[in-house]
Parts: sequence; C-alpha cells; structure tokens
Amino acid sequence: MVEFRMPSLGPDMEAGTLVEWLVKPGDWVKRGDVVAVVDTQKGAIEVETYQAGQIEQILVSLESKVPVGTPLARIRIEGEAKEAAAAPPPVALPAPAAPVAAPHVAAKPAPPIVPAPGPAVGYQASPAARRLAQERCIDLSMVKGSGPGGTITYADVELLLGKPAAALPERKRAPSLDFNAMRTAIAAAMARSKREIPHYYLDHQVDVTPCELWLAEKNAARTPDNRLLFAALVIKSVALACHRFPAFNGFYRDNKFEPSQAVHIGVAIAIRGGGLTAPALHDADKLPLDELMTQMRDLVARTRAGRIRSSEMADPTITVSSLGERGVEALYGVIYPPQVAIIGVGKSVVRPWVVDGAIGPRSIVTLTISGDHRVSDGHGGALFLAEIGNLLQEPEKL
Amino acid sequence: MTAPADKPRLSREHLLDLLRQMIRIRRFEGKCAELYTQEKIRGFMHLYDGEEAIAVGVIPVLEQRDRIVATYREHGQALVRGVPMTKVMAEMFGKQEGCSRGRGGSMHLFDRNSNFHGGNAIVGGGLPLSIGLALAEKMRRTDVVTACFFGEGAVAEGEFHETMNLAALWELPVLFVCENNLYAMGTALVLSESETDIQQKAACYRVSAEAVDGMDVVAVEAAARRAVHAVRERCKPYFLECRTYRLRAHSMFDAQLYRDKAEVEVWRHKDPIDRFKNWLEASQMIHPQDLARIETEIDAEVAEAVAFAEAGTWEPVEQLTRFTYADRAAQTNR
Amino acid sequence: MQQAASKSETVEMTYREAVKQAIRDAIKHDERVFLMGEDVGRYGGCYAVTKGLLAEFGPDRVRDTPLSESGFTGAGIGAAMAGMRPIVELMTVNFSLLALDQILNTAATVRHMSGNQFGVPLVIRMATGAGRQLAAQHSHSLEGWYAHIPGIKVLAPATLEDARGMLWTALQDPDPVLIFENVMLYNMTGKIAADAGPVDIEKAAVRRAGRDITLITYGGSLWKTLQAATALAAENIEAEVIDLRSLRPLDDATIMASVAKTRRVVIIDEGWRSGSLAAEVATRIVEQAFWSLDGPISRVCSEEVPIPYPSHLENAAIPQAPKIIAAAKAALGRA
Repeated sequence: MVEFRMPSLGPDMEAGTLVEWLVKPGDWVKRGDVVAVVDTQKGAIEVETYQAGQIEQILVSLESKVPVGTPLARIRIEGEAKEAAAAPPPVALPAPAAPVAAPHVAAKPAPPIVPAPGPAVGYQASPAARRLAQERCIDLSMVKGSGPGGTITYADVELLLGKPAAALPERKRAPSLDFNAMRTAIAAAMARSKREIPHYYLDHQVDVTPCELWLAEKNAARTPDNRLLFAALVIKSVALACHRFPAFNGFYRDNKFEPSQAVHIGVAIAIRGGGLTAPALHDADKLPLDELMTQMRDLVARTRAGRIRSSEMADPTITVSSLGERGVEALYGVIYPPQVAIIGVGKSVVRPWVVDGAIGPRSIVTLTISGDHRVSDGHGGALFLAEIGNLLQEPEKL
Repeated sequence: MTAPADKPRLSREHLLDLLRQMIRIRRFEGKCAELYTQEKIRGFMHLYDGEEAIAVGVIPVLEQRDRIVATYREHGQALVRGVPMTKVMAEMFGKQEGCSRGRGGSMHLFDRNSNFHGGNAIVGGGLPLSIGLALAEKMRRTDVVTACFFGEGAVAEGEFHETMNLAALWELPVLFVCENNLYAMGTALVLSESETDIQQKAACYRVSAEAVDGMDVVAVEAAARRAVHAVRERCKPYFLECRTYRLRAHSMFDAQLYRDKAEVEVWRHKDPIDRFKNWLEASQMIHPQDLARIETEIDAEVAEAVAFAEAGTWEPVEQLTRFTYADRAAQTNR
Repeated sequence: MQQAASKSETVEMTYREAVKQAIRDAIKHDERVFLMGEDVGRYGGCYAVTKGLLAEFGPDRVRDTPLSESGFTGAGIGAAMAGMRPIVELMTVNFSLLALDQILNTAATVRHMSGNQFGVPLVIRMATGAGRQLAAQHSHSLEGWYAHIPGIKVLAPATLEDARGMLWTALQDPDPVLIFENVMLYNMTGKIAADAGPVDIEKAAVRRAGRDITLITYGGSLWKTLQAATALAAENIEAEVIDLRSLRPLDDATIMASVAKTRRVVIIDEGWRSGSLAAEVATRIVEQAFWSLDGPISRVCSEEVPIPYPSHLENAAIPQAPKIIAAAKAALGRA
C-alpha cells in the first residue's frame, strides 16, 4: 500500500485544495494517470499518480485545503494481497521517503568582522565616552576600559562619575561611593576649569534679615523635617534671576556659549568622608518653595547614599555653593565646566548696618559670583548679583 | 563515419537508438516531476515532454568538439549530449556530486567535458554567448560548430536580433535551433509576434533558415545534418526552426489557463515518441521485446540516478563563497 | 597635472596614450587578445584612444561592432569562455546599462553556476564620469553599482602608470574585470617611465602621506583631492590621500592603516551620495577601525540630481576641490 500525497508543484506552493476526484475506490490507475484536480493560487491543476495500482481509500474530502505532503488517498500496488485496512506494508517502489531536507544546521555566518581595537596608542574610547568625559571633565587616561581590547565605553566613564550605569544592571555597584575616583574626577574637572575658564570674581553683601524673619514665621508651625531652609530661598532667587540674565545660565561648548532655556541649579553638596558633588535640581525656577525644599532634601539624601542619576550630574546650568553656618563669610567657587558661573553663599553674620538712616544690627550674607569672562563680564555679573539680592528682600514672593 | 555526413542513416540500429534516446528523456522527466512533487527537487523546473525529437535529432549530429548552449528547459539536451544521468539528477537535488556541484539546479546544468555551456534562466541570454563561442572558434580557424537552442519566446528579446545580425555580419559558425512550441510560458505566439513565421526573422538578417516538423525525429535529424554540414563547411550561421509542442505545462506550477485541453490532446496525438514507435512497428523495425528491453534498461538507469542523487552529499556551508572567483579556497568579505 | 618621474628614462604622454599603449602591448604580445566595440576601428575610438590600431593590427584584432551592447558584450563573454582574451569596449558606462544583463547574469555568475567548470576571463573597458557638459544621460559614474556584484572585479586607474599597466594584469585574470576610465583624465599629461609595465590590480595606493586626516578617493576625483591636499597644507593640515585603484575588491588593509594613523576620514566619490561606494568604504571603516576614529566619517559625492548641462550647475553637482577642502576642515573642527 502506498500513499498518494498532496504534491508540491512550485517553490511557493504551501497547500492545495482538493476540488475534484477523478477516481474512486476500486479504480485501477497507472503511472501518469490524472487522479484529482487541486486548486492553488495559480488556478486548478490536474495532479497525476506516479504509482500504479488500485485505489483503496480516499482520505481527504473535497474542498479541504491541506498542506503539501498530506496523504490524500491510499493505493494498493498491483500484486499486493488484499488486506483489511492495516498499516501500510513496506513498499516495493521507491516510495516517498521522509524528505531529506536541506541541512538545518544553522549556517555558520561569515566570521563577524571584529572591530580591531586599533594600535595600542594610549587609550581607545568610543565617541560617546569621549563626549561624556569631556563634559564631566574626566581625564580618559584615568578610566579603565571594558570594551574590546580595553577600549573605554560610555558606561566606563559613568562608573568613574560615581554612579551605576542606568541601563546595565550587572554594572550596578553597591550604593557606596568611591572617594578616590571622585577625588580624581574633581581634580580633573577643577584643573580643567582653571586651565580653560578665565574667572572673574565679584562679591555683594545682602541683608537677609527679611528672609530670616520670614523663615522663622513660616517654620514656627512646622516640624524640623518640613522646615524651609535659607538655602532654598537662595536657590530660588538665583533661578529666577537667571531669566533676566541668561548669560549665566547655560553651557560653553565648542567655542561658543549655549544659553539654556531651562534652569537647573547645581546644588553643591559635601559628602562625609571627603566627597563633593553638585547634582542638578531641575527647573528650580518653576518649583514652589516647599516643593523645591523637598527635592533638595531628597537630592542631598540620595547624594550622600550614592544614588544620583547621571542626568542629575550632567544637567546643572549654574551651580550654587554654600558652606552653611559652619563656613566662612565669603566663598569664591571654581566654575564646573561646561557651566559658566557659580554662586557662592557665605554664612550669615550679624553686622552693624544702615537702614533708613539709622545704624542697627542686621544679618548680612556675602554672595559671590565667579563668572566665565568669555561669556560675561563684571557689569553683567554685578547686575546679576544685585538681582539675586533684590529677590531675597521679598522672600514671600519667591 | 562512412556515409556522407549530411545524409541520414536509417539502419535499424540507429533508429532504435533514436527511439531509446527519446524514451530516456521522457522517463527522466517523468521521474523529475514525481520527485518535484515530493519536494526532492525545488525551485523552478521545466520539462521537455513532447520536444524530445529536437534534442535527439540535432545533438548526435554534432561532434564531440562542437559546443552547445541551451535554455532552462535543457535536461533533454544535457542527457543526449552525454552528461551522465547520475550527475544531472544529483544536480537537480542540489547535491555537490551534481554536474554543477549542486550550485545551479535544474536551470543551470553545465558540463565542461562535453562542451555543454549551460542552462540559462534568462530568455535569450544564451544567444550572445553562442556567437561569442563561435567567434573564438572562427578566430582560431577551427571548424567547430556552436549549437544554440532557444525557444520562440526569445525572438522578442533585443538580444535575438543583435545576435542574428552579428552572426550574419561576422559569418559566425552557429547553428541556431529554435524550439517553437507556440507558447512563451503562458503567452501564445500569435499574441506576441507580428510575424509568426519564425524562420522569416532569421532570413531577413540573411541567415540561411528553414522550418521542420519538430515532432518527427527523422525529419529533424535530416535537417540537422544538412544544417551542421553547411555551418561547418561554409562557416556561416544556419537557423533551424523546429515546430513542436510542449505536452506538459511550462513549469511544474502552472495551471495552464492560457490554452485549451482540446488543443493539448490534438498535439498529444502527435507525440514524437508514439509516432515514431508506431512507424517502427508498422515497418517491422522493432519488436515488442526490443521495447521492453529498452524500457527496462532505462528504468534501471533512472532508478540508479535517483539512488545516486539520494546518496549524494550537501556541500558544506563553510564553502559558500567558493567559485565566485578563480583560485580562492575561501572568500573573505571581498 | 604632473606625475612623479621615475629614475629610469621617462617619456611624456597623455592618459589616453597610456591606455592605447596598453592595448597595443596586449594585442601584440598575446594572440588571444582582441578588441571589440563601437567605433574602435575606423573612427579611432570615441575618445581617440584606439586611433591607428585598426591599421596596425587589422579587422580581426580590432573589431568595429554594430550598436548592440548586449550582443557584443555577450559575444565577448562567449569568446572568453572559449579561451580568447577579449577586450570589450563599451563606449561609456551610460550605455553599459544595455549590457547589464550579460554582465551581471552571465559574466559574473557563470563560474559559480557551473560549479567552477567555466570562467570568463573578459576585460570590459568603459569611459565614465561627468565634466564635459554632456548632460544627464551621458554623465553617470556607476562604478559603485558594479562594485556591488560578486564575481567581477572593478578597477579605476587614475594615474598614467595605472592606465598603462592595469590592462595587462586584468587580461591575465581568470575572472571578468571592468576598467573605468574617467573622461576628464584622457587629456591629462605627465611623465612615465619608458619601460612602464604591468601593475597590480588589488592594492590601494597612498598618493600623498599625511598625519592629520585621510582623504580616500578614486578615478577622476584623485586629482581634485590632491589639489585640495596642497591647499590644506598651506593651512598646516597635512592630508593623507589614498587612491583606491581597485573598487572591488577594496584594499581594507591600506585604508585602515591610514585611519589608525590620522583618525579622521573624508571619502570623495563621483557617484551619487545615496548608496554610494563611499557608503561602503565608510561602513567598512566603522566595522574595522571604529575605535580609532576621532570624529564622524564624511563624504563628498555627487549631489542628488541628474547631471545638468550648464557648466556652473554641472560643476556644482560633482565633487570639486573647494568642497573637499571644506569637508576636511569641518572634519577637523576648523571651520
């Protein structure tokens, strides 16, 4: 007994529909006889049998669409003894053996073109890595490369900046800080800053008594973890002042200044153990004070725990640095490239001051600006500082 | 050869051989059809049923040193020329024991030993090739004849006209054999040519031309003898239009919507093998046991070819880029 | 434009003359060689390359053909398959499109399709390029298209030595070789060794050494690139100029060695920018020398327009020295 199967008639024929049987059980057929009509995408095609014998059984009914290779009928070969429908005996003719398919071994692809790491000239770094290193003032020779042949990748530079690479969980470090790496990064950044940026310095004494009074009143009814701090007022004032003085808010890159529409204040945060970093408080100009304070707290906490995002490191458009109550009267900061200004906030000191013609004790804070003289000059810097001072006179409007 | 080269030999032995060769092609093609439906042979496959008299009438007239260019419907030509059936079948399967190392498949049978220059899947593509082969032979002052087989569909292609012109202009020793089976795939000749008398097209380029009944192997052989002789002696091209019919569809996957079954039946009655066999029987040149013997031998040869192909091996994938250029064991990304 | 003189006796000749001598040598010394093409005989060649050769060698070796690109290219293929070494001249790359089927579907494929039984040792020469105000249908640079095809080799001789020496080597090659002669080079004069002979057809050449940037080019654009390099040197930019010479196969080793040295690349290609040969070279550099790059690779190619007729527009459409200079400076951040 042999099976007459749905034939393959073309490279793109996958199935056929039986539309007519030209034989029935009991009919004798010889090789080459047309036994059925099959409908395909090309039209109806007559199909022939390659075996001679007697039709024993039709297996598939009309109008059924079946894949190529499906048994359609059974043919008893001439000379075979009639059997009750048993399993097909071994066939004499070269019956269709299981098709020996073309080898399914996955074709070995051509050897992948391995990017040669290039001659060992110093370090190799990807374009993205270079850019990040430049922006964050990292000296590439300090970075350990994990790419092919020791090349430095973006993630390698991020690692040095002290935070886990966002998209590579396997690179995640424990939330602790590598102070050595941080100090190295700071050294590189500060050295570059002083090498490249012509700093000028201005200071301005601001009467912050209104601020202190306002804060005291505001905080009277609040628990310590909800209280507003003076630093928040300064940050907001600086952020608002940037609107009027865009020359201090932005980046100096590729030999030109790119002012930033957004104002992201870099908040200088000292870390116990000797670290210093200044992550961004985003859109500080738009935040209500309470919200700003909350975010600042969160920023400080995460910074000290080593959980700062890379966008927070890269985004500040101007930095504010304050040494707080333990600090000195005036602090002159070093600009973090590619920013173009840094505001220093000294501690509040009670001094004799002239108000409305009379001398009295007032809380005075010395604000400083270190400015990039390629982008701004003393005149603008002075006006900028004055504006900040003015804003601080009306803390309720911040 | 003892008889004059251009006269047909009608000995019983020769006639039986003609019959045998035609049956051999027919049986081979039938087996290919069967194997194709079982997916052993893939791609496009074009069978020669009905046209056997042309290959069998023309090719044995050629000498070993002569050259042959053919089309994608070239199994018959390859077999008659002497390409071993085992190697042809293995090529159909894609095995590296095939005559083209399995690289070509049904449409690209090549055999250097017998000067068989392929198998060409571009309609008309072999025509310029044939005049080039002939040009080389002419420049070397040999008497080699190049035979170029093509279908009547090719006469629509610009390359046909360029070739006819060049062949006549440069007097190149080419025998053009046009197998006019009335259909270019699914387009009838009457619907695609303003002038359907094909031999006229060659004649108007001043190529000697004649038409012959392509279903009559003796007539084809006689015409071929005259033609080959003329080409060899005069070193000029000759055009032989063989009027024939394709009893099967264009290729396996063809519903034949473009022609009537009735027409096919009419031509089936002119089947070159049946006709010839009947004539031999009527002339008492052949006895039933001759036929049985021929058929048995051929069936055995076909079975052996299938077994050979089944047992054949797949070329290792690592060798993929070989044979793109000469003398390179492995290709780089060049 | 001058060529460097070699130490032995030199002669002065044009690029056209160099090509002609190459053809003469081949026909004289290899009896299998013959030349076939439109107007190569009586007319003396569309670009006067083959003037006098018909008289010298006769109509059997120098054959005028009818206007049948497909027919006679196919004939060249057949003759090559049968053991001759034909030189088929397709008047220009623009008309080669009529023979594209024979080139791609037969010449490039026969060795493979026949399982290495038959090869096609054919040479096809074509003029290419724009610059003579011949307008859109006569000004293509399609070397890049042909360089896409496995099974053939593609050459672009830009110097006298290469025009003189590539043909013989190509004729000895067992596979089809296409030689592209830029129309703007035929009149170029220079000095060449009197005994200049066959040259290799696989390697690129460093035509000018430099350290600041690599300029990669071929064919007609070589001289504009060298001009640009001279101008750049005046601004203290030392450009290394690579002449590809062989477009298929490409000489990756020479390219990558230069990129490793200079770290900056501009590729100059007279083909249209999209899908150009320059794109292939750029991608290979990214694949093999990415870590050496100090900036993006840039290209100076023909603009996305059919080549216009008026000279100012034609000049603007194809690469010119000022564009190359500007691209090099931009690549170095020196606007």
